[in-house]
Amino acid sequence: MNRILLIIQREYLSRVKKRSFLIMTIVGPILLSAIGILPAYFASMPEPDRTVMVLDKADILDRDKGSDRISLKYIGPPAEYTIEEAKEQFMLTEDYALVYIPTGSGWDPDFISQNIVIYGKEEVSLGIKSFIEDLIRSKIEDLKLRNQGVDPEVIAQVRTRVKAKSINIEESGIEEESVVEGKMVIGFVFAFFMYFFIFIFGSQVMNGVMEEKSNRVVEVIISSVRPFQLMMGKILGSGLVGLTQFLIWMALSFVLYSAFTGIFLADKMDAIQTMAEQSAGAENVDQLKTDGLNSVMTFLDTLNIPVLIGSFIFYFLGGFFLYAAMFAAIGSAVENQAEAQQFLFPVTIPIILSIVIAMKVAEDPNGQLGFWFSMIPFTSPIVMVTRIPFGVPYWQLALSMVLLIGGFIGTTWVASRIYRVGILMYGKKITWGELWKWMKYGG
Amino acid sequence: MQVNINSVTKQYGDYVALDQVSAEIPTGSIFGLLGPNGAGKTSLIRILNQITGPDEGQILLDGKPIKPIDVNRIGYLPEERGLYKKMEVGEQSMYLARLKGLDSKQAKIALKDWFERFEIQDWWKKKVEELSKGMAQKVQFITTVLHNPELLIFDEPFSGFDPINAELIKNEILELNRKGTTVIFSTHRMESVEQMCDHIALISRSKFVLNGPLNEIRERFRDNTYRLEIKDPSANGNFVLPAGAILVEEKMDQNLLTKIVRLENADTTPLLRAGMEVGKIQLLSEVIPSVNEIFIQTVKESHE
Repeated sequence: MNRILLIIQREYLSRVKKRSFLIMTIVGPILLSAIGILPAYFASMPEPDRTVMVLDKADILDRDKGSDRISLKYIGPPAEYTIEEAKEQFMLTEDYALVYIPTGSGWDPDFISQNIVIYGKEEVSLGIKSFIEDLIRSKIEDLKLRNQGVDPEVIAQVRTRVKAKSINIEESGIEEESVVEGKMVIGFVFAFFMYFFIFIFGSQVMNGVMEEKSNRVVEVIISSVRPFQLMMGKILGSGLVGLTQFLIWMALSFVLYSAFTGIFLADKMDAIQTMAEQSAGAENVDQLKTDGLNSVMTFLDTLNIPVLIGSFIFYFLGGFFLYAAMFAAIGSAVENQAEAQQFLFPVTIPIILSIVIAMKVAEDPNGQLGFWFSMIPFTSPIVMVTRIPFGVPYWQLALSMVLLIGGFIGTTWVASRIYRVGILMYGKKITWGELWKWMKYGG
Repeated sequence: MQVNINSVTKQYGDYVALDQVSAEIPTGSIFGLLGPNGAGKTSLIRILNQITGPDEGQILLDGKPIKPIDVNRIGYLPEERGLYKKMEVGEQSMYLARLKGLDSKQAKIALKDWFERFEIQDWWKKKVEELSKGMAQKVQFITTVLHNPELLIFDEPFSGFDPINAELIKNEILELNRKGTTVIFSTHRMESVEQMCDHIALISRSKFVLNGPLNEIRERFRDNTYRLEIKDPSANGNFVLPAGAILVEEKMDQNLLTKIVRLENADTTPLLRAGMEVGKIQLLSEVIPSVNEIFIQTVKESHE
């Protein structure tokens, strides 16, 4: 077996067998799917049934019973109660909130709408607040229209829901529904994943090199293999560990996500239905349901999944190799973490810069900033993956990939020249000048 | 394996680590590469191991220029040595053996053999960090010689070994040498290898100042100094130094008189005669300089 394969194998197995790898592999997808599931879960969680007490001085609610889960209870007759008395009574009950609708001096709907107060024993939930507001608004609007002599049937007919789709017209003439928010989320997830991956696995390579140097096993190894082979073996081995972890995460997250959404999907659909009934009237519910499903489907359709995954893995490995070579060179030059700091600084700057630029680029994926920083090999792995979900012209993708390959060949070459000298150098104060000298050594 | 070092030069920046160094190491010899720290020993050894390449000159193995694959024919125990602490002994030995080109099966058989010989079979599953320093050294030695190299290179071989292990390893090295393995020792402690080497090279300030078979070198440094021991010297006997001779040292211990005399030539008859005048001659032997003395003298001369 080729020696470099042996090194890759040892590097890979020794890392994969570590307990920390197992823990990260299991905890990772749980966290990842939790990020995906929890908001949906909370959104779909039904609010508990509430009773709301109402002091309707303006008599505007017309003794409306509320909804399935929010029942309204009227204090009355309203004229006989002051708000102070109502509050006292409210405090004696288990009721959730007290709504006070004043009349003011005359019966002025605009005065009423501006002076409604909701009292609660604790912070009143947004759901209840908007339910009450919507209910009163529609009652006042109905009243105003009726006062203008509009037929109640006409009122019911004019209620209209507006929903705009935004559509990209491609050069080929194919129209695509754009789903900007979803794409931004995917771009960000990729960018952050890349960022953490480069940092975590890059410093693992550095520590691995430092360990070999400090426990002095390195000279034994490089009497069997070229220093370059050892360095590349370590980098490739770590990269494969990262890729393995990533693929396991994706698979596990997908399984977990499907399982959870499978369980909660029914609830969620119910929730959509209830919401629809409350806000738009029963006739629109079916429409709304299919809208929700359609938008998920069309969103997935707009993404070119093979290109997305393929190019992510490419940038994932390319970016990792580029930085891992530099981390390896630093690890070879120093003898402990503290010494490593001064050299780490300039290496981490472009990584941090990339993530800052990625934020900007997500807002304007095809702008100048996005273009240039997705070409520079030091920033392209993070900036380009942010752009990819939005669709990047193929020539740009190809150019950026070629530049990245050139970039990591370049850093690897420089790193290997520092590495071969550094791993055998002990007890010397290392400076940038020293590293420069090493690079120029022959043989 | 015969090794030829042909005018090898190695520079690090402005610093010349090796300057036109040449030597021949015959097959089956034990070659001592001697010199103070920083003289260039490690640079030369790293070139032999192809860890670095020479800037000028070349290395020949059995007459042919050294090739990358030749690392399989060489076993190297560096001065700075260690093992992966978290790896198991067996797994690690297998790894190092396979890096030297053995396949898993060969490696396993060879390892089993050595582990039995050193009676350390039950270490196989132990992690290196659980081993004592002496134990780790045995493992390290095994992994150096496991692939039956034709050339063994030891940098400061006995530094860090306890006396018992040092003796064990010394005997194993001699045994391998008897079977034909060429051995190179690099050290700044001459006395540790003096009795073992048959060839030496002295390196000082990046150059070989002495180089060749040990007995030839010793021959060159003979200066007709003899040690004469006379038993029961009579008080009135008169010792007359032969013409041109110098008395280097004289010592009386109970009834034994010892004289160290440097003669003008190798003819010892006048010295014997002079001794017989005094008492009964018990011993006459030539004083041959030790490698250490040769070394110190040569380095001094080369610096002057």
